Amino acid sequence: MARRAGAPEVSAGSMADIAFLLLIFFLVTTTIETDAGLDRMLPPIEPPETDVVIKQKNIFQVNLNKDGQLLADGELVQLNQLREKATAFLDNGGAVSGSPDYCNYCKGKRDASSSDSPAKAIISVKSDRETKYGTYITVQNELVGAYNDLRNREAQRLYKRDFTDMEAEYLNPETDASVKEDLKKRVKRIQELFPQKLSEAETSSSSN
Amino acid sequence: MSKFAKKKDGEVPAVSTASLPDIVFMLLFFFMTVTVMKDSSVKVANELPQANEIKKLEKKDRVITIYVGAPTKEYTKTFGTEPKIQLNDKFANPNEVGDYILMERAKKSQELQNVLTTSLKVDKEANMGLISDIKLELRKVNALKVNYTTYEGDAFKN
Repeated sequence: MARRAGAPEVSAGSMADIAFLLLIFFLVTTTIETDAGLDRMLPPIEPPETDVVIKQKNIFQVNLNKDGQLLADGELVQLNQLREKATAFLDNGGAVSGSPDYCNYCKGKRDASSSDSPAKAIISVKSDRETKYGTYITVQNELVGAYNDLRNREAQRLYKRDFTDMEAEYLNPETDASVKEDLKKRVKRIQELFPQKLSEAETSSSSN
Repeated sequence: MSKFAKKKDGEVPAVSTASLPDIVFMLLFFFMTVTVMKDSSVKVANELPQANEIKKLEKKDRVITIYVGAPTKEYTKTFGTEPKIQLNDKFANPNEVGDYILMERAKKSQELQNVLTTSLKVDKEANMGLISDIKLELRKVNALKVNYTTYEGDAFKN
């Protein structure tokens, strides 16, 4: 009786070649990109029912003209000074101690002619139609940076950790649900201390 | 005499390549899973500005992208050199943005429709006028969450 050999072996020698071919295809077509950018909420189109009266001193007006020059609160400033100015404005805490707006964590100058408290302070950005987008992003970046600096300061004081770090972990979908719950409270708390109030006014045309 | 048989001279044992396919397959699966096929080609110059206070856009299925920039070389003849909006695969006017957002929103599943983000990929040479037109359109259709997509870098280089 002839000894039955097992099923004839299939040569797997070319498997590597085939796999390489596929591998190279995917290597070439892959673009590993995670998009990142500045998050912003636009104001709703319908105006609020009641007119809110905002004191002039609580508004930090940033105007950007078509040549990329910057007017912050009536003064011509350089782009790299904007963060400092915005921080000073937000952190001012001008309300007198004892009033409902009094800000006990502010470390600013407490100048009565500047913002009352971070909760009241509004930064308004206005740009020209011909302003370069790149410059606009720089301004936005600096303003977000001012908020982040202040929030980091408070987060360090309360939780010994940077706010941006906590927020990134909170937003990361891989973070555990229990950790997230904990972080949510902290992030909320800090956001309440320095709410981001960046108003985006419509752009004006240079002709008028 | 010796216990160990003497090896023949000059014969290097062949390295077994049997595990090579396994390694390659492992790599292959990695790239297969991370690959995102591009569904539209970008027809505009898209040199994004740089910023450093950025947040990541985590979930791809919740993002609608709008490209803005000057048309690339092959399209300048037909569309000129002024920055244009690109929706999906074609150039569009600002007033078409609203419809596009509504259409894209309708394609998404019910529970995602309220948490969509609009990612604005705008060339840094574009003008703010066009952007504010887009923003106005977005507000009209109540797509208020926007993300100015940027590269990570020094913001003062813009």
